Amino acid sequence: MPGLLERLGGLFGGGVDLRSLISPGGFPGGVHPAQMKITAASPIVQSPLPPQLILPLKQHIGQICIPIVEVGDHVLRGQKVARSQGYVSAPVHAPTSGTVLAIEEHAVPHPSGMGRQCMIIEPDGLDEADQSMPSLCDYLDEDPAIIRERIRLSGIVGLGGAVFPTFIKMLRDQRHPIETVILNGVECEPFLTCDHRVMLEHGDSVVRGLNVIMHAVAAKGGIIAIEDNKPDAVDAMREAIARAGFEANIEVRVLPTRYPQGGEKQLIQAVTGRQVPAGKLPLHIGVICQNVGTAKAIHDAVCMGKPLTERVVTISGDAVPHPANICARIGTPMPFLLAQCGLRDLSGVRLIHGGPMMGERLPRMNVPMVKSTNGILAMRAESLYSENAQEEPCIRCGHCVEVCPVGLVPNELAWHCRNDQFDRGQEYDLFDCIECGCCSYVCPSHIPLVHYFRYAKGQVAHIEKERAFAELSKARSEARDNRLAREQAERAARRSKVRKSGAAEAAADASDDTEAGTSGAESGEKAS
Amino acid sequence: MNILMAVLLLGGLALAAGIVLAVASRVFHVEGDPMMERIDAVLPQTQCGQCGYPGCKPYATAVASGEADVNKCVPGGERAMLAIADLMGVPPKEVEEEAAPPMLAYIREDECIGCTLCIKACPVDAIIGAPKQYHTVVESHCTGCTLCVEPCPVDCIDMLSKPEVLEEWTWSAPGKASLVKLEGDSDARVA
Amino acid sequence: MSEFALIMLSAVLVNNFVLTKFLGICPFLGVSGKLETAIGMSLAVLFVMTLASTASWLVQEFILIPFDLMYLQTIFFILIIAVLVQFIEMLIHKSSPVLYQALGIFLPLITTNCAVLGVALLNVQQEQTFMTSALYGFGSALGFALVLLLFAGLRERIDKAPVPEAFKGSAVSLITAGLMSLAFMGFSGLVKV
Repeated sequence: MPGLLERLGGLFGGGVDLRSLISPGGFPGGVHPAQMKITAASPIVQSPLPPQLILPLKQHIGQICIPIVEVGDHVLRGQKVARSQGYVSAPVHAPTSGTVLAIEEHAVPHPSGMGRQCMIIEPDGLDEADQSMPSLCDYLDEDPAIIRERIRLSGIVGLGGAVFPTFIKMLRDQRHPIETVILNGVECEPFLTCDHRVMLEHGDSVVRGLNVIMHAVAAKGGIIAIEDNKPDAVDAMREAIARAGFEANIEVRVLPTRYPQGGEKQLIQAVTGRQVPAGKLPLHIGVICQNVGTAKAIHDAVCMGKPLTERVVTISGDAVPHPANICARIGTPMPFLLAQCGLRDLSGVRLIHGGPMMGERLPRMNVPMVKSTNGILAMRAESLYSENAQEEPCIRCGHCVEVCPVGLVPNELAWHCRNDQFDRGQEYDLFDCIECGCCSYVCPSHIPLVHYFRYAKGQVAHIEKERAFAELSKARSEARDNRLAREQAERAARRSKVRKSGAAEAAADASDDTEAGTSGAESGEKAS
Repeated sequence: MNILMAVLLLGGLALAAGIVLAVASRVFHVEGDPMMERIDAVLPQTQCGQCGYPGCKPYATAVASGEADVNKCVPGGERAMLAIADLMGVPPKEVEEEAAPPMLAYIREDECIGCTLCIKACPVDAIIGAPKQYHTVVESHCTGCTLCVEPCPVDCIDMLSKPEVLEEWTWSAPGKASLVKLEGDSDARVA
Repeated sequence: MSEFALIMLSAVLVNNFVLTKFLGICPFLGVSGKLETAIGMSLAVLFVMTLASTASWLVQEFILIPFDLMYLQTIFFILIIAVLVQFIEMLIHKSSPVLYQALGIFLPLITTNCAVLGVALLNVQQEQTFMTSALYGFGSALGFALVLLLFAGLRERIDKAPVPEAFKGSAVSLITAGLMSLAFMGFSGLVKV
């Protein structure tokens, strides 16, 4: 019975969640995959400029950007080259100075292997910066709205991987005052160490960035959450806080290591003990959550006037001879980055965009790194679990239920998804699934549960879209039927009048025909 | 005497029951056909006429009254058939014709003579134009029903398959359809 | 009070109409394909059986016995049941067209559902009072509803499960029904009279 424990908890009043009593570490479930953080001790190295930068015009959740420069134009580093369209969008900036070679479709890091509009820039090697954006060093004196606008203009999105435009989260809402800003330094995915290194090497920027966010949303407290497998990062952040003199309102919270603690809702539950209700946002319980990399990007944008044009990426995996943390320009082709780590021959290699638990396998190799790229894993095909495991029948061991951090019943849910019973799937809270992969990880029958959920979510969206289109078509078809009926009635009325006055019938017919054509066209235009 | 009593009683009871039912049929009379509306709602509304009826609503009416089979909607495919069978409470039937991949009509404008015949044929008013002017199809409204192809006197309307875009891509079912082709083995040595 | 409880328990579990007395098998197998329709059928049967058992008791007590027409028992009961079913059909058509469509042919078939006539005749046989006959009718219908819903739930799962080719469809349904019947035999020792 899904949610039975929650309902039992409800009986005791006060929204007591019995599950949290069972698992005292905040959110229920979770797993402990092998850490594999082989790059934890490798300092961030700066990547050289690649021969070409491929800049997808959509690197965020929301609407695609519109290019504002033309092919052949010379652009500077940090110059805005594509403006956002609609509210949920983030502009794209040139990562270095150079010439726009083309604006065309190019493969992007996406599990479909499809392409999308990209701007191809050839660097001139001078790396001249666009100085038009002043720094707002005294951000505490600035209006939060100006800071928010600066963050929007700098193209900053959530760098943890969700790439949701950051400025939207920083809206001040009178109904939901923000009490706490949580900085996510958990990095629970195996292999990935980019946030870890950012905290070690750019601690001051991170703390300053957190302070900017706190000022922008008028939050009193800030918490930097770090798992206990990164004690050096904990020390580094504590020192940085002390250096900046923020001990009074920013604290470091050390959490026991558990996957998926880095999930936004899971982290909030682990830190505050409160659950974000299904379908609600963290701000509804007075919390916002940002990645440490995002905090650094915010610091750079606000205090240094630098838009988001580069980020730290972990290059790792068992096919990489020299794994590393690389700070690279957004748009750098992945093969170029892999070559820096000693991996030139990509045959028999599978690329994973992100971590091994939630990352997506890329069918195309020659794709650029984008704002969401926190890691690139190059794995040997034979070590990929998903390619070598054979799905077997469910033995109802219930492990997936135990580890689900959202409290779903993955085995039942997958049963319905597999049989295309999407309504039933939604009754089992399909859309609360965060696709963390814990269920697939523990399944002894190698059932790709998350894949089933992704399939079902896609199908539901597809059906929904078709239904909306059918409704629109129906309305149009009905409008047309009504119009035809009306015209026919008018024609009949006119004809009887004409007959009465004894005029020629043929003339009336001819004029009727032309009129029907035009009115059809008119209504077509109106509706479009 | 006894027989007479039995006949009277049974007859009387039957008469009373009949009156009750007659009154009830008046009181609980159902206006319209809610079934038709429900069936119409699960149809794809392409108005293509492939079911043999002039549009989606006529087909829905025919199904609701039991005239038509549940498996006649070609663009709706198996999903629409199952939904209709479900509503009607009849066993599902295989859809005989395979639905074509989603199509869009496209008018080669330089060949169009502006006759407005396609405009009149379009069931969803998705073609714009005026007499002696080029016509064009509003892509976002076209249902791909092909009804405009036949009337065109100069055959300047093509049915093109709908372009696949990244935004509309969804995960295929695990193990069912072949996964996206991987580049790993062919695309050796880059950079 | 304990007598009423005993009647209910006996009607629902021990002497279950479907699995022990094997009455009403037709809708049990016919309308159990989907849980939704099974719920509708259960409600319809619940309504019809309760009313039929009370109405037949009234007919028995005030028409058949005083006028000594016991030999017309069956035809009177059938008349009453048919009228009730017709009435309910109209009611459902008005209130829930989906349920009406879903029940389809089975709604008129309740008329000849042997469980309905069975409960009326058994009431007379056992010389129940008005209250107990109503309760017996309700309890039997509840038992019918219970096994129908259980069976529908099982069939929904079995429908999508990898059943061997030879057993697909009715075969596995009948096997399931047989196993359920065996399971319900376990209740026969529940009440010691």
